[in-house]
Amino acid sequence: MQTITNDNWLLTVGTFLPLVGVLFMMFIPASDERTHKQIGIVTAAATTAIGVLTLFRFDFGHSDQLQFFVDSEWITVIKSNYTIGLDGISLPLYFLSMVVTLLVMIYTWDNMPDAGNPKSFIILMLVLQVGMAGSFIAQDLILFFVFFEVVLLPMYFMIGVWGGDDRQYASLKFFLYTMFGSALMLVAFLALFFQTGAESFSFAHLMEAGALIDRNVQIWIFAGMFVGFAVKVPMFPFHTWLPDAHTQAPTQGSVILAAILLKLGTYGFVRIAIPMLPQGAKAWAPVIGILAVIGIIYGALGCLAQTDMKRLIAFSSVAHMGFVMLGISTLTDFGINAALFGMVAHGLITGMLFFVAGSVKHRYHTLEISRLSGLLIQMPRLGWILGFAAMASLGLPGLAGFWGEFPAILSAYSPNFGLSEALFRTLMVIAAVGTVFAAGYLLWLYQRTAFGRPNPEFEQHAHAVGAGVNDDHHGADIHDVTRIEWLAWTPFLIAIVVFGVYPQLMFKVMDPAVSALVERVGAGIP
Amino acid sequence: MIAALLAQAWSAPTIDWHAIAPELVLIVGINLVLLIDLWLDDARKWAMATLTGFVLLGAVIPVVTLAVLGGDVRDAIFDGRYVIDEYALILKALFLLVGYVVVLMSQNELEEGGYYQGEFYVLLLVSILGMVMMASSRDLMSVFVALELLSIPAYMMAAWRKRDVKSNEAGVKYYLLGVFASGVLLYGMSLLYGTTGTTKLVDIGRALSGDLSGMQVLAVVFVISGFAFKISAVPFHTWAPDTYEGAPTPVTAFLSVASKAAGFVALLTVLYLGLYGAEEVHGPFIWAMAALTMTVGNVVALRQTNIVRMLAYSSVSQGGFILMPLAVMSTSAAESALRAVVIYLLIYAFSNLGAFAVIIAVARKTRSGEISSFGGLMSYAPGLGVLMTIFLASLAGIPPLGIWIAKLQAFRALIDAGSNAAYVLALIAAVNTVIAAGYYMRVLRQIWMSPVPDGDTTRITAPSSIWLALGISAGGTVLLGVLPGLVLRFADLPDLTGALGL
Repeated sequence: MQTITNDNWLLTVGTFLPLVGVLFMMFIPASDERTHKQIGIVTAAATTAIGVLTLFRFDFGHSDQLQFFVDSEWITVIKSNYTIGLDGISLPLYFLSMVVTLLVMIYTWDNMPDAGNPKSFIILMLVLQVGMAGSFIAQDLILFFVFFEVVLLPMYFMIGVWGGDDRQYASLKFFLYTMFGSALMLVAFLALFFQTGAESFSFAHLMEAGALIDRNVQIWIFAGMFVGFAVKVPMFPFHTWLPDAHTQAPTQGSVILAAILLKLGTYGFVRIAIPMLPQGAKAWAPVIGILAVIGIIYGALGCLAQTDMKRLIAFSSVAHMGFVMLGISTLTDFGINAALFGMVAHGLITGMLFFVAGSVKHRYHTLEISRLSGLLIQMPRLGWILGFAAMASLGLPGLAGFWGEFPAILSAYSPNFGLSEALFRTLMVIAAVGTVFAAGYLLWLYQRTAFGRPNPEFEQHAHAVGAGVNDDHHGADIHDVTRIEWLAWTPFLIAIVVFGVYPQLMFKVMDPAVSALVERVGAGIP
Repeated sequence: MIAALLAQAWSAPTIDWHAIAPELVLIVGINLVLLIDLWLDDARKWAMATLTGFVLLGAVIPVVTLAVLGGDVRDAIFDGRYVIDEYALILKALFLLVGYVVVLMSQNELEEGGYYQGEFYVLLLVSILGMVMMASSRDLMSVFVALELLSIPAYMMAAWRKRDVKSNEAGVKYYLLGVFASGVLLYGMSLLYGTTGTTKLVDIGRALSGDLSGMQVLAVVFVISGFAFKISAVPFHTWAPDTYEGAPTPVTAFLSVASKAAGFVALLTVLYLGLYGAEEVHGPFIWAMAALTMTVGNVVALRQTNIVRMLAYSSVSQGGFILMPLAVMSTSAAESALRAVVIYLLIYAFSNLGAFAVIIAVARKTRSGEISSFGGLMSYAPGLGVLMTIFLASLAGIPPLGIWIAKLQAFRALIDAGSNAAYVLALIAAVNTVIAAGYYMRVLRQIWMSPVPDGDTTRITAPSSIWLALGISAGGTVLLGVLPGLVLRFADLPDLTGALGL
């Protein structure tokens, strides 16, 4: 694999810069909350600035090659190196992680979760950012594993300390599920390492040598990785941690979880499991496809049954990630492109929906769908944003969500490498039905919450403190979108429209890398 | 007869003083501490801790010079039965460092409790001397002597709070089971000597090839069982939780780190040099022991409400992980296995000591060992809270904190062996990693998420020595996790036969 070694400091700085902010914050007392928030924003902004610089320096003509490539010694004894690089597959996700962290940081300015203590909260978010960005640049299996695990503890604490009522249960469930997945994943990684002659953990080497492993062994190793990544995605039988974690997490946590963390799983499939074990991937593809479609339908039905707005959005994540996995399971250039696009689009859209849910919760102190109504009357702008995000989420053409779902469904028409057409076309039809469900639950949600008259229980609360009979509202202050919220949300909204109208912007970056990848997989399948 | 003996010209053996300098420093130090303690009045007993610390650091100096200067293996003294090589040096350094941290941790505990300080430090130094000797022992005799030298003082240290019934129980239990284990071990050793005609491990290794006699099988089983008591492997672990809970906390830290490591070192040396021919016997035996140890230790730890007991069971289960590579040691992956064990012992020491140091610091305020007493620690002592998070997350094996690399190495050794048994054990270990995370997270949940019990948020005042102990432990845990190459280098013994003095 050819690599480009220009500006080799860029990725390291971009990844570890948040730690500088952490270092500063450690020496500032926790009571100085404003300073902590400022440092958080400045650090995230500086990181994003490096990200923008990365975009400028990226050679888009060679997006199938690893750029800013660094390969230096790390743990020589176990033959693991500090190997990093960025190509068309990882660039969008790498940049997205930076932007999301910045916007979440801005959102935190006004919307610190109830538990308080912004110092710890912001430090955890910055550490989280290191893990996320690192996972996308790692080109060495052990390095990837380390970054992949770094995100675990900060997220555990974010959910467990700043989350909702059931936070402790949800955080532990999240932690143990992921831990279980990564333990099996690690065993699979090591098995892959020894089966390829114990020479190196670098992706490039493993992609070449992995394809030569005996088919049955590949299937077993793929099984280990499958569990690890499928928990993270999450795919159907491993998804049960997600609704709890999403619902209980603070808004910031939900947004990061939806926008970036889930993508670590799908990214792992595309970057590691499939190219390194082509025959294993082919053997597993039907299973992945079937589970993905079960996820689509199951997630949609789950949505229809929810009474809590945030939980509904969480279940819709299961369905959306089902589309992504369906695209991947076809092993086609088209399908994987769609999957990668779907990852970014889902990150933007679901992230936006969680933001809205957080703001609704902030104002009404409830997310019970049955108690909410008439958002459009009480808060027209917030209501419109909710509508916009819901339309994007159900895959309205012209918005980003469409380009993740539609091509993924289409790609199932003719799966690659002789996978059963009958099976995948059946899956295609079921997945298409899933989009109808998606329209159903999202429109129903919108209809119930945004239309109609405002619930009398929330009318004019801002001025009637003490008059309420219901002790569920704590002096609810119903106001429309604030300036900080606009600041944090506008980039999301713009990106959803831009990628919806001109998807080529992302496809042309990803496609060379994806077709190189598919070609490699094809070479490994006899 | 006598005439014949006299006829042989007797010449004094050349003694490599430099090679045994660490032991000599310790011996001189022990006598110094003992003597000075006699002349010191009670008000100045605090000086004993400082002196002991200096003795331990003093003993590190020759270890360092040996590592820097001596490229060759020094085995001329005592006919290859006492060997100074890289393997021995890194472990000696570990034992001395652990000893130093334990001194830091016990200082205030002893001073404020009004215990017998001078005697305590003498016993501690003697025990460490035994460990330092263990690292070099390559003969059944010296292994056994070193083992007793390190165990007997530990029995007394466990019962140090002599007016406390639990502490007495701890000491007696430890003593009785320990002595029983020594008996079993000695019996196995005598059988080994009887059937092979030598006590030198290398020669035993050569003699124990091919078909084993029934007596030799019995000998191998007995020897391993004897060591299994020391490393508290299931089903020989029953003493550990009671002893750990009853003993003074610094002693518990010492037992669960140093004493256990010494047991592993002995087992490792004996297995690697002497018993490799008996693979069919000890392979399945250790396999079963490792699987049982990690599982039972974990499952019982889940139910504990006392933090020291929980750490005791967690240390039992960590022992299972350390045993894991030994189960596949002799097949093909001996090198990976040996390296994995050494690395695990090194890193585990830092994290576990650190966790105990936090417990000591917190207990100074709460006077309680219950997990619930850690409630809300983050809100009034964020420094200690973060440190405990680092130590427990490391014990749970989360990168980039210390133990992840040790666990990785253990898994690596298993998968390197590549047999089906090894893969099954790896899967059992993977599941156990998750169970272990369950109880470590429970403590973290108290620290981060629970309210402060009784709303008592007075500050925790920990003496500087505890902070130093915490600093060393945290530094080691984080640094070795991020840059494991620093110690992996030492455990990378390309020419293993030379390293162990074959």
